[in-house]
Amino acid sequence: MSEPLLKIEDLQVHFHVGGTVQRAVDGVGFEVGRGQTVGIVGESGCGKSVTSLAIMRLVPRPPGRYAGGRIVFDGTDLLKAKKRQMRALRGGRIGMIFQEPMTSLNPVYTCGAQIAESLTAHSGLRAHAARDRAIELLQLVGLPSPEKRVDDFPHQLSGGQRQRVMIAMALANDPDLLIADEPTTALDVTIQAQILELMDDLKTRTGAATILVTHDLGVVAQSCDQVVVMYAGQVVERAPTAALFADPQHPYTIGLMAAVPSADGAPQKLSTIPGSLPPLDRPPAGCRFAPRCALADGQCHTTPPPLREIADGHVAACWYAPIEGTS
Amino acid sequence: MTPILAVEGLTKRFPVRRGILRRVVGHVEAVRDVDLAIAPGETLAIVGESGCGKSTLGRLMLRLIEPTAGKVTLDGTDTMALKGPALRRLRRDMQIIFQDPFGSLNPRMSVRETLAEPLKLHGLADTDDTIAAAVDDLLMRCGLSAHHAGRYPHEFSGGQRQRVGIARALATRPKLIVCDEPVSALDVSVQAQILNLLAALQQDLGLAYVFISHDLAVVRHVAHRVAVMYLGRIVEEAPAEDLFAKPLHPYTRSLLDAVPRPDPTRRRETVSAKGDAPSAMAIPPGCAFHTRCPIATARCSAERPALRPLGTTKVACHHAEDAPVRPAAGVTASDALRKRLAILNERRRAREAEVTA
Repeated sequence: MSEPLLKIEDLQVHFHVGGTVQRAVDGVGFEVGRGQTVGIVGESGCGKSVTSLAIMRLVPRPPGRYAGGRIVFDGTDLLKAKKRQMRALRGGRIGMIFQEPMTSLNPVYTCGAQIAESLTAHSGLRAHAARDRAIELLQLVGLPSPEKRVDDFPHQLSGGQRQRVMIAMALANDPDLLIADEPTTALDVTIQAQILELMDDLKTRTGAATILVTHDLGVVAQSCDQVVVMYAGQVVERAPTAALFADPQHPYTIGLMAAVPSADGAPQKLSTIPGSLPPLDRPPAGCRFAPRCALADGQCHTTPPPLREIADGHVAACWYAPIEGTS
Repeated sequence: MTPILAVEGLTKRFPVRRGILRRVVGHVEAVRDVDLAIAPGETLAIVGESGCGKSTLGRLMLRLIEPTAGKVTLDGTDTMALKGPALRRLRRDMQIIFQDPFGSLNPRMSVRETLAEPLKLHGLADTDDTIAAAVDDLLMRCGLSAHHAGRYPHEFSGGQRQRVGIARALATRPKLIVCDEPVSALDVSVQAQILNLLAALQQDLGLAYVFISHDLAVVRHVAHRVAVMYLGRIVEEAPAEDLFAKPLHPYTRSLLDAVPRPDPTRRRETVSAKGDAPSAMAIPPGCAFHTRCPIATARCSAERPALRPLGTTKVACHHAEDAPVRPAAGVTASDALRKRLAILNERRRAREAEVTA
């Protein structure tokens, strides 16, 4: 394949809070190919949401600051792009879906009006045509009786229906890239399953690439082609989904997978990761996971491990990967 | 054995008020006609999606809200007859842990004050020395240390706050704790720590838990028995093993199928529950689930199925006899994951041994 659709290199996003500099994203890099679904997975505070906001240049400034790196979308460095250019991209070639549809939809406009606004702003459609297209989009995302729902206000819809409206809005201008930040976290499991199924289905129909930010390894396993595992502002492992689950390399990835309770089989005592996230203003000098890692030794505490290729397309930042039995 | 807690015919209707005169325009039946019993030392999970009434049921059990009808018996005592000091005495035996420990801990009270309050209120410790000793003991039990006592809630991480919440619940030496989504707000690695702590406490202290959760994977790990709720009613109740091996109610099956499995070699099940849950203000006639059910027939929309025993299970479905046998689910963890985890654990134990030596 030629140039990837999106290429992030050495991204640095810092937050200046109370005299400290929090390195929320510290040297993150990955690529998203056309039509590909890439999952960013990690626990709270790992920098996954800030990374996704940075792609849209939506990190609040201040306190945030883009301290370095490049985000190249189809040949353009978004960190250097003009404001006007960014406005055209957001909701145009890049669509967004957020976790809580109630706070991202405007409560005083009908769903149809909000979808139509995006259409008139980006595609220059006339009001009447935009409304027809809005109904079409609501039909596409599986909202029942869309010609009536188009005139509903967000509060008249259920959580799952609101998320469908958000997806319709994100898809309004045939984006090349869809960024979904925890799109199903606020939903019940049966509704989550419906929305994930819808997103899968739309992906094959529209061919849009997707970045799926989530804390849920189950969602990643079922929906993504590639996975980026983040810890304390950095990428610790990156691999095709099947390889990540079949052959996890980084001790953090291994700990995370073992901590997830399973709905199948007999219950077992859950594995835990001792300790907690290091402070992001004074991260450890070496590997950021070293204070919590069973393998950490002198080198791990002094020198940050680089991302190394362990297998084809599978990289991990651990001095000891691949971990093999020595005892 | 006498159950530690039994509820019979428990029902709660909330009035819905609208307009400037706050006129009652309808009722929400949050909990309808629930019968349950919990044995000492047992964990009963109550599972369901948002709005099914599971949290209301938990609060009714503790008499934190008054039921519209029904009876709650704690350790052989009918709690409905009690008020004032007698009820307060009874509250020692039943405690609650909330989902959001930040919202349930007083931000202006240090951990010591938070933990000392129930001790004093219930006369479990009165001198400064006995209180200090009891607080230290509670903190140790919950995996914190004595130096945490002087700190305030905002100084703790989410997992530590939940530990404080658990310590507070343990202060009165209860026999029963209602855990209302205790790990839903936590990251997985921390969630595992809290679940292991709850299990250890149950083993040591013989506690009974009512574990309210929407997460079936978590429930699989903690529950001895599971009750599934839908729109205020229990639709299935069974020993955990049986419920997960052979769910008899189609709603239970769709809940189980909907859990995303952390295993890319397994395809996602197609969603069997259609559409959204109806409003609790307009519950469908007949079986409340028939509007979303993949196997509903004409009978289901006309006649409400009663909760009836079927083997070890109680189920409210006309078609429970025809429930398909679920294929035995494979183990999800890959060989490499298990092997590497074993190496990490072995190394960790070796280090701990070194430190203690």
